[in-house]
Amino acid sequence: MTSQVSSTAEQADGALVGEQRTSGDGGPGKEVRRLDRVIIRFAGDSGDGMQLTGDRFTSETASFGNDLSTLPNFPAEIRAPAGTLPGVSSFQLHFADHDILTPGDAPNVLVAMNPAALKANIGDVPRGAEIIVNTDEFTKRPMAKVGYETNPLEDGSLSAYHVHPVPLTTLTIEALKEFGLSRKEAERSKNMFALGLLSWMYHRPTEGTEKFLRAKFAKKPDIAEANVTAFRAGWNFGETTEDFATSYEVAPATTAFPTGTYRNISGNLALSYGLIAAARQADLPLYLGSYPITPASDILHELSRHKNFGVRTFQAEDEIAGIGAALGAAFGGSLAVTTTSGPGVALKSETIGLAVSLELPLLIVDIQRGGPSTGLPTKTEQADLLQAMYGRNGEAPVPIVAPKTPADCFDAALDAARIALTYRTPVFLLSDGYLANGSEPWRIPEVDQLPDLRVQFATGPNHQLADGTEVFWPYKRDPESLARPWAVPGTPGLEHRIGGIEKQDGTGNISYDPANHDFMVRTRQAKVDGIEVPDLEVDDPADESGAGARTLVLGWGSTYGPITAAVRRVRGAGQRIAQAHLRHLNPFPGNLGEVLARYDEVVVPEMNLGQLATLLRARYLVDARSHTQVSGMPFKAEQLAEVLKEAIND
Amino acid sequence: MTDTVSEKPSQIEALSLVPKATAKQSMKDFKSDQEVRWCPGCGDYAVLAAVQGFMPELGLAKENVVFVSGIGCSSRFPYYMNTYGMHSIHGRAPAIATGLASSRRDLSVWVVTGDGDALSIGGNHLIHALRRNVNLKILLFNNRIYGLTKGQYSPTSEVGKITKSTPMGSLDAPFNPVSLALGAEASFVARTVDSDRKHLTSVLRAAAAHPGTALVEIYQNCNIFNDGAFEALKDKEQAQEAVIRLEHGQPIRFGALAPDGFGSKGVVRDPATGDLKVIDVREQGAGAVLVHDAHNPSPTTAFALSRLADPDTLHHTPIGVLRDVDRPVYDTLMSEQLDSAVEQKGKGDLATLLAGNDTWTVVG
Repeated sequence: MTSQVSSTAEQADGALVGEQRTSGDGGPGKEVRRLDRVIIRFAGDSGDGMQLTGDRFTSETASFGNDLSTLPNFPAEIRAPAGTLPGVSSFQLHFADHDILTPGDAPNVLVAMNPAALKANIGDVPRGAEIIVNTDEFTKRPMAKVGYETNPLEDGSLSAYHVHPVPLTTLTIEALKEFGLSRKEAERSKNMFALGLLSWMYHRPTEGTEKFLRAKFAKKPDIAEANVTAFRAGWNFGETTEDFATSYEVAPATTAFPTGTYRNISGNLALSYGLIAAARQADLPLYLGSYPITPASDILHELSRHKNFGVRTFQAEDEIAGIGAALGAAFGGSLAVTTTSGPGVALKSETIGLAVSLELPLLIVDIQRGGPSTGLPTKTEQADLLQAMYGRNGEAPVPIVAPKTPADCFDAALDAARIALTYRTPVFLLSDGYLANGSEPWRIPEVDQLPDLRVQFATGPNHQLADGTEVFWPYKRDPESLARPWAVPGTPGLEHRIGGIEKQDGTGNISYDPANHDFMVRTRQAKVDGIEVPDLEVDDPADESGAGARTLVLGWGSTYGPITAAVRRVRGAGQRIAQAHLRHLNPFPGNLGEVLARYDEVVVPEMNLGQLATLLRARYLVDARSHTQVSGMPFKAEQLAEVLKEAIND
Repeated sequence: MTDTVSEKPSQIEALSLVPKATAKQSMKDFKSDQEVRWCPGCGDYAVLAAVQGFMPELGLAKENVVFVSGIGCSSRFPYYMNTYGMHSIHGRAPAIATGLASSRRDLSVWVVTGDGDALSIGGNHLIHALRRNVNLKILLFNNRIYGLTKGQYSPTSEVGKITKSTPMGSLDAPFNPVSLALGAEASFVARTVDSDRKHLTSVLRAAAAHPGTALVEIYQNCNIFNDGAFEALKDKEQAQEAVIRLEHGQPIRFGALAPDGFGSKGVVRDPATGDLKVIDVREQGAGAVLVHDAHNPSPTTAFALSRLADPDTLHHTPIGVLRDVDRPVYDTLMSEQLDSAVEQKGKGDLATLLAGNDTWTVVG
């Protein structure tokens, strides 16, 4: 079938793996084909359970050992009007027998639960792809609702695709008729029927999903069994029906992964675990002050489940109180965190400035979403970079750390905590909606290999006055790191007052002295500028002649996957390109200027209007070539590859 | 007397987890080395002296005492206390103190705030701290004016206040901080006056002993921008008629002394409306006068008492502890959840958490 072409586009265009055999695995007389990668998109109404279906398929795929990457995409409304285009929710999953970097540009298989899902997604589906549609929903009213005047399943408009018409609703109700459920109740399991069918098509293990369903509906065993039955019915339907003549195998990605134990993990979950791990490694209690906001709330939810780790979570009355409480806890000696998204950062700005002035450790987690204002709450964007960098009154430098993949959120959280604790400063952790909800396999780290983040609280006087008196000076700095001592309440003899008013160097007493203010502003800046961050690594494989590339593509944050996939395509097409990716946006790595100067052309793809490019131009006087996209969706590798090729050929 | 008086069910020691001082303390121990920079004659001096003088009575290790403030004249207070302190940003002190108090139950955390700081820019944090009942003592310095920004009307200024920003008179109705706190589910609400050191100290004492959030409104004179705002309550002659001194278990009587040794005015419930009103006991007898019950679980009567005050003349202003009831304390509950999570699930093990339930192994 043409749709299941195994172009391993992320490694090199045109490579093909394909082996056909007939075996009992796929059912009597059914053909089994081997593929190296597949992209599936489940699409339906917001209430159809597409995110759950996608999650389950992902879990099965992860436990099977494929590499994978996911892209959930859903409306901000909880239950948008049924059957409408804005109400469509989808989940895209890319899985492979080799390492992959993105959820894929275009699906090989679209599962469309209703006409709206078909209409909203067909534009992304390449000709020749397979489309599984729930024919039960293709009746007059649902079709008219989304502007289909004739039935697309019958009018020939889908002739370029391989369409599988399946009456999912009818089949599900039929399969569940012995359960005595109402039609409406039975119908709800149609997503499990679809999941069963797709699980058969791709030889996914099924035990996990059955176990999951029984646990999820433990209090309603009838519903649990109904769902399991629907799931099995879907599987059996694939195995027996003539329409599905072929099933596919995607072998585990054994060589893509280093030795180790793996699990599937989303960005927000990895970030939550990173925070818990950081607190443990610092031997400090974790305190989260937060106000619910999409797409950051899942971190609040997750940390709230782990009170047995000594984690305190405080759902505040507003964003300002969220960070305020965190700052108060930091003063008291906790590893303090606040989690939010762009609009929340705007509200927290004044408190972030206070944290800069107080020089206390504090993590500000910004899960970026489309802006400005409320913007696109459930979509992704990288447009808070300059807000994180400059969005405060006065000179208020704040370090910025950005994770590059969902699993990397774990390490980035530890790194952000290291900086906050070592330098006694607020730190921005800039994730985004794509990383937050997307997932990938994660090699579970050995706990004893995690970095040591322990800190030393001040315990006694640190300064001798001219008359020999030993005193404690809250703003007497460590000469190396420029960090001030962290003296927590309860420590005898170190009673001191801190505040947002400018303070005298050393003593920390209020000071309006012009020279002192100048010194303090420059010192706070120097402290952040002096934060140790590793040099930027450049991937620039020399060709046989030993020559490197002349063009560099430089990204930050969640664009890592698409950029790397695009770079593979460019190199696969025989062209040379260097790639580097920034984890630290403030301060930049020490060698960044030198790296930029090495290349004739620097391309900077970003999901904003060129914010990193602006910083690079200002700082390094480099004529960076900004490539931007603000659609609320991640870059597509193929399009990005074209942009890079253009830059190379210019 | 018609009313019975409630007892607090249990006199929980609010500061039982705070370490005690090892040596005897004096007022001097609580004075910092910083020069006090309020305007000469400011009411804040009196409050500072009262607090510094009262602290040794608590006998707490002073390193376990923290003062957190917002922005405004009164918010400079922490700089003058030789304890831990934070002068934060406008209106946010209750939020910051909530984080500190809920993460450190071994601390005695005090918030110092003003009428603009607590009721205008920080109104949201104040009401939520009160409803949560975090173990905080909030001292609200109410001078009914913005001092630090040089004299604009505040959310407690009387209607028609002529200031720089309201040359034709202010338009907005004021908050009554005590009414507001009672409406926000406060478990402890009191009012006192800067110049009455004895009364101020007694209120501080009751606040300190209260587990949970205590709101103490302190009428404080700004002699520069709103001088004499509380003269009706301070001038001996006027005060007799203007001030209603509340004492738990005592009949609510005030005014010139009647032959029975109590004030000649009394507060009674109006049988027709259920509301409170002031009567002359010499004419109507003292039989119906209410006995003040600060521990009454219902805030209704306390609220009605708070409404007796005339916002313009301050006549019939109740001072003292209006409400003092036991209610679960937020930081205690938070701690208990941590303990019960450990009981239920065992102490968290990071390796187990990271591994989750669904793993696979890649062998090289």
